[in-house]
Amino acid sequence: MTSCPKQIVHYMHEYLDGEIENDAKEELKLHIETCEDCKHHYLELKKTIAFVQSASHIAAPAGFKARVMASLPRDKKKMGVERWLRNHPFFTAAALFLLLMGGGFFSMLEQRDHQFAFTKNSELKVENETVIVPPGTVIEEDVVVKNGDIRIEGAVNGDVTVINGERYMAAAGSVTGEIEEIDRLFERLWFEIKSLFK
Amino acid sequence: MDLMVQRRIKQVLKGDQNAFGEIVELYKDKVYQICFRMLWDRHEAEDAAQETFLKAFLNIHTYNQDKKFSTWLYRIATNLCIDKIRKKKPDYHLDAEIAGTDGLNMYSHLSSGDQLPEEEVESLEVQETIRQAILLLPEKYRSVIVLKYVEELPLQEIADILELPLGTVKTRVHRGREALRKHLRHL
Ligand SMILES: [Zn+2]
Repeated sequence: MTSCPKQIVHYMHEYLDGEIENDAKEELKLHIETCEDCKHHYLELKKTIAFVQSASHIAAPAGFKARVMASLPRDKKKMGVERWLRNHPFFTAAALFLLLMGGGFFSMLEQRDHQFAFTKNSELKVENETVIVPPGTVIEEDVVVKNGDIRIEGAVNGDVTVINGERYMAAAGSVTGEIEEIDRLFERLWFEIKSLFK
Repeated sequence: MDLMVQRRIKQVLKGDQNAFGEIVELYKDKVYQICFRMLWDRHEAEDAAQETFLKAFLNIHTYNQDKKFSTWLYRIATNLCIDKIRKKKPDYHLDAEIAGTDGLNMYSHLSSGDQLPEEEVESLEVQETIRQAILLLPEKYRSVIVLKYVEELPLQEIADILELPLGTVKTRVHRGREALRKHLRHL
């Protein structure tokens, strides 16, 4: 075998990998037919492969999947929720709202925001913390009144929202949009949150 | 199957752990088999396989969905096993010297209490010889031999898994086969 061409063993491996050129294959075949050593070498390689392949196939042990699942960090799940919330800002607002309901946020908000306020519009009149839509006037926008009442004698071409207050509608008054009275605090907070996302 | 796997991966990326459970179910035997044939110890193999899936879960965002998922997963498994082999090299040396000690564990594992017919015991002895021959292979040859002859993967896929040039993989398969031949020729 020492006198054999160096490439013969290389050709054997190429042949075993199914990647041999035709010329090389011919050369290998011719050589093996005449050289006992190389034939023996080749058969040993074939046998080796058969042995390695005979190693019985084995399956993962029982309970493997459960152990893997138990090893996963729980944070990943939370991260998923966070990502989901980022993609759904309205629900994020709802979650925030629920969170704030549990905290001391309310009293703080109550103290800070007790002032009478309303939509700035020159057509509106004000009497003792009551906003008046005078008869015959038409307000061409949404009207919001905080911590006060509204009396509608004219017309509002938009929504009317009253927060912590009362709404009085005269017979002749009209509102084309929605009328909302928000007097409970959490509803008001809800309103604030909703408006953030408008 | 690939389409199903891709869909599950998208669900995992959205934070769905149950979808990952289905991936584990699909690949657990293959991954465990790679680990076992690399390490030849069922406890270590289970640890390595479990670590493989944990690592895959934690790094799922780094998996490129244009590529084959199994290639990426098997890469994690083989790299983990190669690390383990490197770390515990002195032990392996010892095992090779006290031939048969670990083999007894293998026997009890495979027979699981049943009485075995003669020829099966014989085949277990053959298996033990194969085990030792593979254990004597340096890890760089062991990984290509396991992927080629146990998992029966094409050379190009082995190159992708190990992130090696195809030529290097071919050379390692050749050398690995020659090394095994030296130990198994007398069987
Ligand atoms: Zn020859």
